[in-house]
Amino acid sequence: MSIVVDTDTKLVVSGLTGREGSFHGLRNRNYGTDVVAGVTPKKGGQDVEGIPIFDTIAEAVSERGANTSMIFVPARFAAAAIDEAIDAGVHTVIAITEGIPVFDMLSTYWKAREAGVRLIGPNCPGVLSPGKANVGIIPAQFFDPGSIGVVSKSGTLTYQIGNELKQAGVGNSSIVGIGGDPIVGSDFIDVLELFEQDPDTELIVLVGEIGGDAEERAADYIAENVTKPVVAYIAGFTAPPGKQMGHAGAIISGSSGTAEAKKQALEARDVRVGRSPTETAQLAVEAMKPVAS
Amino acid sequence: MDLLEYQGKQLFARHGVPVPEGRHAATVDDAVAAANEIGYPCVVKAQVAIGKRGKAGGIKVAKDEAEARAHSEAILGMDIRGFVVHDLWIEEASDIAAEYYASIILDRSEKRLLAMLSRMGGMDVEEMAETDPGALIKRHIEPGQDFTVETAREIAVDASIDEDVTDQVAEMLVKLHEVAAAEDATLIEVNPLIVTAERQVIALDSKMTIDNNALFRHEDLAELKDKSAEDPLEAMAKEKGLTYVKLDGNIGILANGAGLCMSTLDVVAQAGGDPANFLDAGGGSKAEAIVDALEVITSDEKVRAILFNIFGGITRCDEIAKGIIDASRQIEIEPPLVVRLDGTNSQEGLALLAEAELDNLHQEKTMLGAAERVVQLAGER
Repeated sequence: MSIVVDTDTKLVVSGLTGREGSFHGLRNRNYGTDVVAGVTPKKGGQDVEGIPIFDTIAEAVSERGANTSMIFVPARFAAAAIDEAIDAGVHTVIAITEGIPVFDMLSTYWKAREAGVRLIGPNCPGVLSPGKANVGIIPAQFFDPGSIGVVSKSGTLTYQIGNELKQAGVGNSSIVGIGGDPIVGSDFIDVLELFEQDPDTELIVLVGEIGGDAEERAADYIAENVTKPVVAYIAGFTAPPGKQMGHAGAIISGSSGTAEAKKQALEARDVRVGRSPTETAQLAVEAMKPVAS
Repeated sequence: MDLLEYQGKQLFARHGVPVPEGRHAATVDDAVAAANEIGYPCVVKAQVAIGKRGKAGGIKVAKDEAEARAHSEAILGMDIRGFVVHDLWIEEASDIAAEYYASIILDRSEKRLLAMLSRMGGMDVEEMAETDPGALIKRHIEPGQDFTVETAREIAVDASIDEDVTDQVAEMLVKLHEVAAAEDATLIEVNPLIVTAERQVIALDSKMTIDNNALFRHEDLAELKDKSAEDPLEAMAKEKGLTYVKLDGNIGILANGAGLCMSTLDVVAQAGGDPANFLDAGGGSKAEAIVDALEVITSDEKVRAILFNIFGGITRCDEIAKGIIDASRQIEIEPPLVVRLDGTNSQEGLALLAEAELDNLHQEKTMLGAAERVVQLAGER
């Protein structure tokens, strides 16, 4: 099955005519994703290598049956583009854009929630369901199809872990990059719920980092609601408090939000936490092996 | 971006939030002139992006010009826990009858703004929470709904604010929320929020954090120097568009991606090493960015060995390799460099490095292996 993106994804890319949008949109199409349209205001009628461009997402939905939106639009316009996608009636929006003001996301988040639209990101690498569809910038060549679900705040760290899994001979149902911003459309819990319901997913890998309390909340959620085994990795043990490191959301202060706190919260709920990406992949592989009875 | 007290107060003033009269000064003479204008007693306040200034001697009351001069001379240039005082705020002294606490903060897990109010101001929020947890009243602000004076009044009543100033405090909260929304402030903290002897409610301090992602729509704020990046190396890196955070150790680090970089720091520390910095080269870095990055890393004299941990997705390993080769021709790279190139075009990148036959370059296949190697090399020097 996979989650979020699949063979029935019909993708409209906002920003397909731009440099990044076209590079990744076409790469997604080459992978096998059904990229049905692009949207750039005032460029309706053009095409990008045969993919028709429309002025609005609503047109892409009515003319081409788009059901999933990828947002590759500059930060100052991106929240408005997400809002437009929600209004246009797609069921999923994946926002790659980095740098969206948090107050914009404050209102867009609730708009998506009220409309029942699944929002992934922003500032995320997107979602890959190996063998089925790739929406975003995840380099698909490092992942094999399989039954391990991965949900991560990070980009390249996810590729590192995914590659280790591939080298160990195991693959993924879906890889979901939720993004590192303070306010994201889907938290760990939202994706854990999907993996729990997905018949193709047998084990889940959670990749977190310092900042906020999403991992701690996920730990509690796992204890109550997730029957499948979960293995985790947390980055940022060496980060001193009060320093911002990269992701806008990875600012910690005082004692909460630290890697240590997250590790403890997860281990208290029987989630094994690897000390390195390599060890995390090993834990996942071990947990996949059938237990001798 | 953290604003200094006076910058926050200037924003407050612009939005009609009551603040004491004050003037900014960057020299002793300007400070004295300001003090004379404001009148005595006045307060000479160090402007630095760190708390507990008073305890460090950075806030002093001046009762006449001689004291204004003496305090300004003492405070300007003072080093308060690593932050040097370049700016002063000269403020009229307030006759304080009560100290409250008020803040508006973005609660990222609830995805709402949170308003907080307490009649126990003038101390750390943590202290407050320990001393009397019931005193700190918290209310989330519902998205899509106005934060009204009525709602704010309820908060003030719950916080047991003195009855005669409840309306003023409620209006203050509403105004703080307005400032937050208008200026993209993810944190506004007024501690203390004072009631004067004349029963006026005034913001005596301002701690404000502006969302960096929103600076494009606040030209006036974008111009303010980011005082939180005090370290000259961090400032230099910022100018080159690199995300660099200086730490205390001797192993310079570069990775592509914030998560991978944090992970690299952790793995190096686990191998017994001491990272000198965090440096995220970002996605799709070109050779020039690598040259800049090496320049920044090698400017830190403590660095005894360097680790490049690259897993290229969008980033191409051959570009990274070119950057390393270019850098070795342009600048002196004294410490040994351990390079791990994996992912997109890794074969091409490794071939380029092999061809270049650089001195002092060590190639490792895995992230763990590379971490162990660089720790070993740093230890040897």
